[in-house]
Amino acid sequence: MKNRQISGVINSRKVFALPYVAWIAIFTVAPLILILLYAFTDTGSGGVMILTAENLARAFSPLYMTVFWRSVLMALIATAVCLLLGYPVAYMLSRMKQSRAAILSILFILPMWMNFLLRTYAWRALLDNAGIINQGLMALGIEPVQFLYTEGAIIFGLVYNFLPFMILPIYSVFQKMDTSCIQAAQDLGANKWQTFWRVTLPLSKGGIVSGVTMVFMPAMTTFVITRLLGGSHFMMYGDLIEMEFLLMSEWNFGSALAVVMLILTILFMWLMRKYDKEGEGGALL
Amino acid sequence: MSEHIIDFLGVYKEYDGVEVLSNINLYIRQNEFLTLLGPSGCGKTTLLRIIAGFEEPTRGDVHLFGESIKGLPPYKRRVNTVFQKYALFPHLNVFDNIAFGLKIKKMDKTAIKKKVDDMLRLVGLSGYGDRDIAKLSGGQQQRVAIARALVNEPEVLLLDEPLGALDLKFRQEMQLELKRMQKSLGITFVYVTHDQEEALTMSDAIAVMNDGVIQQLGPPEQIYNEPRNSFVADFIGESNIIRGIMKRDYFVHFADNDFVCLDRGFNENEPVQVVVRPEDINITKNITDDMITGTVSSTLFMGVHYEIRVQGDNGFEWLVHSTDFYDVGDRVGFTLEPDDIHVMEVSQYDKMRTDDAAAGASQ
Repeated sequence: MKNRQISGVINSRKVFALPYVAWIAIFTVAPLILILLYAFTDTGSGGVMILTAENLARAFSPLYMTVFWRSVLMALIATAVCLLLGYPVAYMLSRMKQSRAAILSILFILPMWMNFLLRTYAWRALLDNAGIINQGLMALGIEPVQFLYTEGAIIFGLVYNFLPFMILPIYSVFQKMDTSCIQAAQDLGANKWQTFWRVTLPLSKGGIVSGVTMVFMPAMTTFVITRLLGGSHFMMYGDLIEMEFLLMSEWNFGSALAVVMLILTILFMWLMRKYDKEGEGGALL
Repeated sequence: MSEHIIDFLGVYKEYDGVEVLSNINLYIRQNEFLTLLGPSGCGKTTLLRIIAGFEEPTRGDVHLFGESIKGLPPYKRRVNTVFQKYALFPHLNVFDNIAFGLKIKKMDKTAIKKKVDDMLRLVGLSGYGDRDIAKLSGGQQQRVAIARALVNEPEVLLLDEPLGALDLKFRQEMQLELKRMQKSLGITFVYVTHDQEEALTMSDAIAVMNDGVIQQLGPPEQIYNEPRNSFVADFIGESNIIRGIMKRDYFVHFADNDFVCLDRGFNENEPVQVVVRPEDINITKNITDDMITGTVSSTLFMGVHYEIRVQGDNGFEWLVHSTDFYDVGDRVGFTLEPDDIHVMEVSQYDKMRTDDAAAGASQ
């Protein structure tokens, strides 16, 4: 009986999924279990593991929640900016001739071919108090502006890095969109604005949901970029977790922070799924 | 007579220098069911889209109720369209799809509800208001599309091959239903199709189009019985098209024979084309001297009739429809009565293809 089951699996096409299943099990599920294990335990005297909720309680204390909410806020602002910038661009691209759209979308994707650390260091050089932009301003007789180590710099960094993730899913939805629906709206008496609000926007919802997910999630969890551009004044949650693990060697507490992040992630995914009933963005979640 | 509701005045349409509509002069009467009939690429859909406002003529003008509608955006025109693939809004349910136009007009809620419910009843979908569009069958989606357009009480309803995606049985039902709606609502319908049977069944008038030109405009009977050129004759039903000479009024020569016909007004000895419908030919095995004779070369059973090809002794291959069976190799004969013979001018369209026709006739 058991043998037959095994041979059934091997003979069917399901066998092709096995490497992926193994990959997921080893590199996603196992670490997740480890994080949960660490988060709810502590190392007592003599290296004994003890079950405790103390780490989690500490993660929810005001000091760390401040960082948490700041990260949420920053990620939300960055996502909103990406949406406002990306949506019109995606629309424009989808209305262009295929060849021109291809060239332009390469321009948008091109920066992604470079390592993000390199890009971020480049921006540091540009935005520095003695950087190129400020030198230019001074040449024009304008007082140098403090760009680096501000909240603005963090949001700029997030938007710069994650904008393509907003444009691409919305662009793909626009490309697939049935233009006859838009003509039908006009035919039924809707002017340009009414057509946009009542048809184009609702029909592109799937792309927006994917885009928002693909920008908000990494923006929320990102580190390094934020530290390089925002400095230590504006510590983000990703930086905090990194610090607990690497600097403080507080693996148990770091895991607890990661669990808080995980809860947010699950909540956010659930929310997005609710908004995208058609499941267009579902494939990306 | 009835008022013209739409006038096309010398309309041309070009895409990238290619002419798709050429000098269209067409009027549509109020409360008329007009069908634009032609093969794909003949320009019929472009013509419809010019009325809807999705395309602008390159030259010429279009009038609605005697006023130019050039440059008027689609949403300001008192016409509505039933799109080829319905173009229903997938994010709205049946009720909200139909109510779309009324909500744009900011009509009050109770009035909208009443009108939409009435419309659902008209198209036989009462109680379907809450349904998801994706959960409807093709025929039901079709009805929603018609209801969504009609609820706005347009002056003209434009229908772009609306029954193309439905199966035969359902299509025939919908044809009758559309005709009934058009009569009871008193709305002008402009209907685009490539299906000649559909056009003949439903229309008050048919405009047969080819190569961006209206080949003939007239009531269905006229189009069928008196095709103006070989394209119309060939496209509307099946026919035998033979080159001939009009010797004098009521007297035509073709297929090596002289025939008495009902046509007149041609020049003496003018080259013409003669149309004989296959169902008008009375075929028999009892051959007499005055008959056109030949040998059956193929027989196909078509349901109601047999489609028989007869290789005539004088060279022309005849297409004959008969309810009687004739076997391949049978010797047969037939005569042609004056009203079986329809004489047409050799048109511009035919002149371009005289070589083909000559080759065909001499086989």
